[in-house]
Amino acid sequence: MTDSNQPAITASHLVRSFGDFTAVNDVSFRVEKGDIFGFLGPNGSGKTTVIKMLTGLLPLTSGNAAVQGIDVRRDPEGVREIIGYMSQNFSLYTDLTVNENLTFYGRIYGLSPGRLRQRIDEIVQLNGLGPYLNRLAAQLSGGWKQRLALGCAMLHEPQLIFLDEPTAGIDPVARRQLWDLLFDLSGRGITFFVTTHYMDEAERCSHVGYIYFGKVIADGTPDALRELPEVNPPGTYRVEITAPHVTSALRATRTISAIRSTTIYGQSIHALIDDHLDLDHLRAQLLKKDIVVAEIRPLAPSLEDVFVELTSHHLAAQEASRA
Amino acid sequence: MRDLFRGFSAVFYKEALHVRRDFSTLFFSLIIPILQMFLLGFAIDTNIRQINTVVYNADGRRESRELLDRLKNSDTFHIIRYVNNDRELNDAIISGKCRVGIKVPVDYSDKLLHLMSAQVLVLIDGSDSSVAGQAINVTTAIGLDESLRRVLANASSVFAVDMRPKILFNPDSRSPNFFLPGLVAVLLLNVTTFLTAFSIVREKERGTLEQLFVTPVRPMGLLLGKLLPYLGIGFFELSMLLFAMRFIFRVPIHGDVFLLAFLSLPYLFVSLSLGILISSKATSQAHAMQLAFLTILPSIFFSGYIFPRETMPKFFFILSYFVPAAYYINITRGIILRGAGWTHLWTDGLVLFLMGTFLLIIAARRFHNKVIMA
Repeated sequence: MTDSNQPAITASHLVRSFGDFTAVNDVSFRVEKGDIFGFLGPNGSGKTTVIKMLTGLLPLTSGNAAVQGIDVRRDPEGVREIIGYMSQNFSLYTDLTVNENLTFYGRIYGLSPGRLRQRIDEIVQLNGLGPYLNRLAAQLSGGWKQRLALGCAMLHEPQLIFLDEPTAGIDPVARRQLWDLLFDLSGRGITFFVTTHYMDEAERCSHVGYIYFGKVIADGTPDALRELPEVNPPGTYRVEITAPHVTSALRATRTISAIRSTTIYGQSIHALIDDHLDLDHLRAQLLKKDIVVAEIRPLAPSLEDVFVELTSHHLAAQEASRA
Repeated sequence: MRDLFRGFSAVFYKEALHVRRDFSTLFFSLIIPILQMFLLGFAIDTNIRQINTVVYNADGRRESRELLDRLKNSDTFHIIRYVNNDRELNDAIISGKCRVGIKVPVDYSDKLLHLMSAQVLVLIDGSDSSVAGQAINVTTAIGLDESLRRVLANASSVFAVDMRPKILFNPDSRSPNFFLPGLVAVLLLNVTTFLTAFSIVREKERGTLEQLFVTPVRPMGLLLGKLLPYLGIGFFELSMLLFAMRFIFRVPIHGDVFLLAFLSLPYLFVSLSLGILISSKATSQAHAMQLAFLTILPSIFFSGYIFPRETMPKFFFILSYFVPAAYYINITRGIILRGAGWTHLWTDGLVLFLMGTFLLIIAARRFHNKVIMA
């Protein structure tokens, strides 16, 4: 069937226009088999459009895409046979029981009755739905709904599963359990394409793409992205400053010219600082402004820092090309 | 006191903005009643005019033509067809194309010339009692008038033109006989269009539709799988309605029930397609409800269910040709009241089938463009 070494997804120069508006503008990326690919971006930036293009729902204006080696343009139905998809609201029939939901999706994928029974058993085993089989989906909590939805998307044993904001609105425990399940499955060679707004989830992905108004402006492993020169401008370093009165500390840091940017994270401040100001001098300068610092330590940029930096770079470049 | 109304101006301001922004609510709350008023105001015209009439003039001479001219000039009758035998005369009425048939006998002129009484047969479709009543009154009045003229002119002693109205179908002018077959059409539309529209819009709201699109389900599989259960429900509803009509309201069914069932298929097809069309537009079940009412209203007012189509102003009459229920009501009344058969009604069935196909194509295209691609 499919070659085991080929990438799960290859997208090259995808373009999708709606009239004058270009929703997806020359997007290229590759997702390797077994990856958990996190696809991030603000709302309306083209995430859903890319998913629709990859699943063959939206014809490509130009460019090429292959999913598990199948050309999306030539055989969109073929693509939909071999992928799983779970949408953000879990898309279950709430007036059907867990078992009926699974049976319905199994039939859609054309599983034989025997195979269907076997797959339902396997899935129930995998995500622990056993006690709830005869319960209406409406009566399940968010976390269980999501497990059921994932189960429905996996019945036909897809090697690639699209998850559109799988954890929106569910509790932290269920969120963690889902990620454990995803890691487990990805260890068995299943590829995931996950969109999310949670930065901590992005950090867990083996590969991250960031789309900003139709353009992919970041593409790589989280560690590789953290080391990008745009994120770590030459002659700067990042620190985490912990201070008792964090808001007044923030106000103070903004008056120090060697500090390029600052953001509050809970009780601490993340700052990008010019090299020539070392930690001792920084502490001294803050003390001069009556800010007593509990702790200052060097810090690697978070993915949020990465996206913020890349976005402002992208906007500056756009501005420059327009001028 | 001031605190009692705290926030009033802010809420008022905000609400005024909502009303201005939300055009569809405004439309439905203001335009629909006005529209209804116009419909009822214009469509209810108790002076029934221009009744479709078929004429079999076996005589054909001057006297007979004069009589027909008088009938025509009364404004009550609109002669749309001339036929050459009794069977065609009957068929024109049974098929629902004409409500009145006038037969001038072959010896009409002879009898008048010999100062004898000439009988003119007036066949009247009694399914709508107001139309029937008007037809009886006007024809007998014209007969009386014609006779009086001859009495005065020729000093004839006999009653010269003897109009003999004969009410076909529903001779007792029972109103259930008239209304129930039409009601079947309206109720059926109600059930099927609403149910289909709701079932699809519900999937839209839940997001399951989006999920289905990403599976190998083909559009036709999805549509047929959705439609067939509702077609079944529609048929069940039809048989219940017919049963109640026949055995509780005692409306006799003169024609073939199986033909009625068969010709109901294209009508159900139209109303299901209409449901899909609505669901391609509606974003919520409440929205679907509003749109469905838009389709129900013309089915009540323009279909001939309450007001005879012939009595409508020209504009509404033409509009009624685009109302599926108008054709189906002709089918139900035709089979139930007039004992009409396949040869009388196949055109209505065909029109419904074509309408359904047209609507389904539009609906499928809209669905593809606005729902899948959006």
